[in-house]
Amino acid sequence: MAYSEKVIDHYSDPRNVGSLDKSDENVGTGLVGAPECGDVMKLQIQVDPVSKEIIDAKFKTFGCGSAIASSSLATEWVKGKSIDEAMSIQNTEIVEELSLPPVKIHCSVLAEDAIKAAISDYKSRNED
Amino acid sequence: MKLPIYLDYNATTPVDPKVVEVMMPYFTESFGNAASRNHSFGWQVEKVVEDARDFIGQSIGAGGKEIVFTSGATESDNLAILGVADFYQKKGRHIISSPIEHKAVIDPCHALEQRGYEITFLDVDKDGSIDLKQLEESIREDTILVSLMAGNNEIGTLNPLKEIGKITRAKGVLFHTDATQGVGKIPIDVDEMNIDLLSMSAHKIYGPKGMGALYVRRKKPRVRLSPIMFGGGHERGMRSGTLNVTGIVGFAKALELSMDEMASEAERLTGMRQRLFDRLDSELDYIFLNGHPTERLPNNLNISFGYVEGESLMMGVSDLAVSSGSACTSSSLEPSYVLRALGVGDDLAHSSIRFGMGRYTTVEEVDYAADQIVIAVQRLREMSPLYEMVKEGVDLSTVQWSSH
Repeated sequence: MAYSEKVIDHYSDPRNVGSLDKSDENVGTGLVGAPECGDVMKLQIQVDPVSKEIIDAKFKTFGCGSAIASSSLATEWVKGKSIDEAMSIQNTEIVEELSLPPVKIHCSVLAEDAIKAAISDYKSRNED
Repeated sequence: MKLPIYLDYNATTPVDPKVVEVMMPYFTESFGNAASRNHSFGWQVEKVVEDARDFIGQSIGAGGKEIVFTSGATESDNLAILGVADFYQKKGRHIISSPIEHKAVIDPCHALEQRGYEITFLDVDKDGSIDLKQLEESIREDTILVSLMAGNNEIGTLNPLKEIGKITRAKGVLFHTDATQGVGKIPIDVDEMNIDLLSMSAHKIYGPKGMGALYVRRKKPRVRLSPIMFGGGHERGMRSGTLNVTGIVGFAKALELSMDEMASEAERLTGMRQRLFDRLDSELDYIFLNGHPTERLPNNLNISFGYVEGESLMMGVSDLAVSSGSACTSSSLEPSYVLRALGVGDDLAHSSIRFGMGRYTTVEEVDYAADQIVIAVQRLREMSPLYEMVKEGVDLSTVQWSSH
């Protein structure tokens, strides 16, 4: 399979690989996918307690090049956004940006799910 | 050292220049149709074809008259299974095979199921070995054929052909083996092993693509087949179609070269296979050998690299031509059915890489490949959430995954 230049770029030089302290109350962690399906994404966001802006994001992904690229791109996109703005990121935007072929659309869906899971984790820990 | 490095010799091989050389005159000078009985153009190539047939037969302990030329092992497998099933249907409609056979065996079996035949797929253990006792017990009054491969194309595991043949002969059941990966690499003797039908292919042994043969036993017992292609009645009616003279000449030469160096090449490749595994094993944790540790094709190594997905690993070693059992590399989007049948978890099936070494593989290339794989696996594990969790002591089987 031929990969788009952007997928190769994110694969060779992934942005924001790593982990944040998941016990920190300002951090939200999303873990989506399953090993037997061939892709698992962990995406974490760190939210500024005052401005409620996402000030940092990290990911780790087990999956194909397109899955790595989708999650790398997702961390880039959520940084600097408010939670509501990040919630509105659609997988189709990722597909478009990375020129993903139809068989790789699920990678973008997973990245969107990972963002939502991280936000929902953050919210559940900061309910009051 | 030239890049990229080809390490996919179980998929196909380059044609040996010596093979190309002997094929050349049959394209342009001696271009006759071997079935042209009335002029010298025909006679000339008929002689060459018969010599090639004799040689190919002898190399597996058979006679030239027992060789039917085909377009490749897929056709040979189809002809063997569908041909026997049709011809012997009054005797019975039960066939025994295994779940890790090549699709060229499994799919004709499934096609027969649709036509009312019954197929028993034997169990295989974690190494891909069958249980001979189960084979023996599975043979029934209406069993007509047992089809079990010589060596597995993905994981390299060898079947005990001699022991299988002993059982099928004693029970009076025909024995077909898909020896695509075995011919020219491991010793095969159809009489000693009681093989009745044997599929082979030229392009796995440095011959041309689109060329294969089916051995069909003529005596004790005489095996009969219904053709699956109809036409001019070539190959004693079993396979119509003008003979591929250049392919046949190339096939025989390729086999001759492989037979000449079989023992020394098996030893050399086994050494390289071990060297590659040892290097990877000494530098990486969580790596798992797929297939039998010793009873395997000399040139095949299949490894799962835990917590790293196969397609992304292949992307990371773009200087290496290898293949993966990952779903992402298959058109079906399913991980390798062979690894699944072995009970390798889907997670590890997605993480598998097959290395196939061959005639032109050097130690330098193997070492380079090992280094590249180690670098890529380490890099991908740094970004693998699974590797991180395992290192933190999390038991991945207890995690509630959100399957999709």
